[in-house]
Amino acid sequence: MASIEQAERRAPWILLSPALTAVGLLLLVPLVFVLVYSFWLRSAVGGIDATFSFNNWAEVLGDRFYRDILLQTIKIALITTVVCALAGYPAAYFIARVKGVNRGFLLLLLMLPFWVSYIIRTMSWINILGVSGAVNSLLQAMGIVTDPIQMLYNETTVVLGLVHYLLPFMILNIYVSLDGIDTTLEDAAHSLGATRWQAFTEVTLPLSMPGLGAGALLCFVLGAGTYITPIILGGPRDAMFANLVFDAIITQLDWPLGAALSLALLVVLGTVVVVYNRFAGLGQLAKGLG
Amino acid sequence: MDSTKRYERLRERLGNGGLDRRQFFTLVGAAGLAYGVQMPFASRVKAQDVSEVRFDGWGGVVSEAFRDKAFDPYTDKTGVTVVDGTFGSGDEYLARVQASQEGEYNIAHLSGVFDYARYYNLGYASNLNRANIPNLDLVIPKLVDVYSAVSGDELSCVPFDYGTTGIAYNRKYISDEEAKEKGAKLLIDEAYKGKIGGWSDWRTRMWYAALQTDQDPNGATDVDAMWDAVRAHRDLVLKYWTSGAELMSLLAEEEIYVTEGWSGRIYALQEQGHDIGYIDPPNGFGWQECMFVIKGSPMAECEELLNFMLAPETSIAVAEAQNYPPALDPSKVDLGSKIPTLPAFDPSGTLSGLTFADPNYWNGNEADWSKTFGRVQKGY
Repeated sequence: MASIEQAERRAPWILLSPALTAVGLLLLVPLVFVLVYSFWLRSAVGGIDATFSFNNWAEVLGDRFYRDILLQTIKIALITTVVCALAGYPAAYFIARVKGVNRGFLLLLLMLPFWVSYIIRTMSWINILGVSGAVNSLLQAMGIVTDPIQMLYNETTVVLGLVHYLLPFMILNIYVSLDGIDTTLEDAAHSLGATRWQAFTEVTLPLSMPGLGAGALLCFVLGAGTYITPIILGGPRDAMFANLVFDAIITQLDWPLGAALSLALLVVLGTVVVVYNRFAGLGQLAKGLG
Repeated sequence: MDSTKRYERLRERLGNGGLDRRQFFTLVGAAGLAYGVQMPFASRVKAQDVSEVRFDGWGGVVSEAFRDKAFDPYTDKTGVTVVDGTFGSGDEYLARVQASQEGEYNIAHLSGVFDYARYYNLGYASNLNRANIPNLDLVIPKLVDVYSAVSGDELSCVPFDYGTTGIAYNRKYISDEEAKEKGAKLLIDEAYKGKIGGWSDWRTRMWYAALQTDQDPNGATDVDAMWDAVRAHRDLVLKYWTSGAELMSLLAEEEIYVTEGWSGRIYALQEQGHDIGYIDPPNGFGWQECMFVIKGSPMAECEELLNFMLAPETSIAVAEAQNYPPALDPSKVDLGSKIPTLPAFDPSGTLSGLTFADPNYWNGNEADWSKTFGRVQKGY
């Protein structure tokens, strides 16, 4: 009997072992390397000086420059998340209420952007909003403006690029949540005298909050960790925290400082995930990701 | 002794009765295991020795020119395949080399002598056998001398081309006379606020800041004034560009009217019909590019490729495609009709009209200036 119980206890670990090995080797071990690097120093010529030091952490935690860029990153990620939620909810609601093959078609349309490179999708805004882009050409052709309007390379276009990138994640998560709600609950609310708006705000919206929360978490974390969008669509003052990591590692060849910056960002975003998990649980996230 | 010889000896011992079947298979199995274990880490690199050389360059039209004019003919002639990669900046490429296994990267199209010095100081320098690169004799001597000044008798690269980072401006909005009169200060002219661009490269920013503050770019003394100039420029720019393609796009689409730019890329814009002017202000940023062979590379194959690339017919064809003058000495080689029309071309072969970066000065300030620029660039 004991051996059967032992075998049953071992079975989940045996089944999980490939995944645990992968996570250990591809995530935890590299993370340990990054942690170790963060306590080393950059050598004079750009190599690594393996001397234990708290200098990088003192700089990252004590320098106002990093704090300001982190706050700016959080601000941009929050704005992006709110815009995604406002734009994504109606789309997800519509898809969830559509019947038959049309729903499959709409979901296919939602997936289409993922077939195109994120960089290409981001750069496409240059052809839309640029001085010689589609919007300016149209405005000029219609006689609304004589000179083209400068629309690119500011914080708004960074948010726009991020919304373009992250909106499908939001819609999918909300859609999954809405799809699991029994529509007869709304009918029941109507039969009890609720208006359509009341039925939505009192029944559907609260029940779809887990999906909205999961979408918001994904949009926030992915948005706060991006560095391509500010490079392509941002101006000189629109950098985000991941750009600092890029600068430290690529431009300044300061891998130890870059490691400390990476871990600082990881801790901030990890805290957001932990808080979310404490109040909402990560189960909905798994559903939204399919 | 190679593996085949060992196997033949074992089989001979088995045939002679000096080894039983179980021992034979045990030894062959152990050899197979040992080979399998070391294979992912070592033999992939060794495999390049025979058939493959990796080259990394700037991409775009430059990469296409190399593929068409140099690599494919080289492969046809030698049977050695050139694996062609690209990078967006020299800094990015150095970071990749630092993260790689020795031998993973072989030849790089590096810019500036300061990059050569950095690779040398970091221990990535190889030692080329000049006797295997006879076409090196055709190169402008000054271009070789600056590398020798860094690494002494040893040479890890061959000069390949040169150019300038001058001022490019849209003639529809800025006249040649205005550009010539204002020079580097055109880049901090408030009249063009929001229509100015700039490369997000700290060296270029500081070089032009030196010119804007009337200092010697290879020996500025008032660094604070230079940072003020960098900040003044930052507050006027629409965007810092990060690649040659982006530079061309910003100018061609008239998102910006003026920026500093790479001579070859600006020439390409002019060839496309855009009315873009280009000047090298006094003490403008001259640079040379080289083909650097990284330590641990298959030297014989690399030297053969370098010699092939320096051959006049190859070098001229690549230069005409990428619009940068080749490193070949005009007094020794007939460079044809197009190259003398390229910006930065020096018909004398002395390059006395160009100012190059002093590697000691620039690398000595690299750690401080690159970090400070990272902050200034973002509004600090």
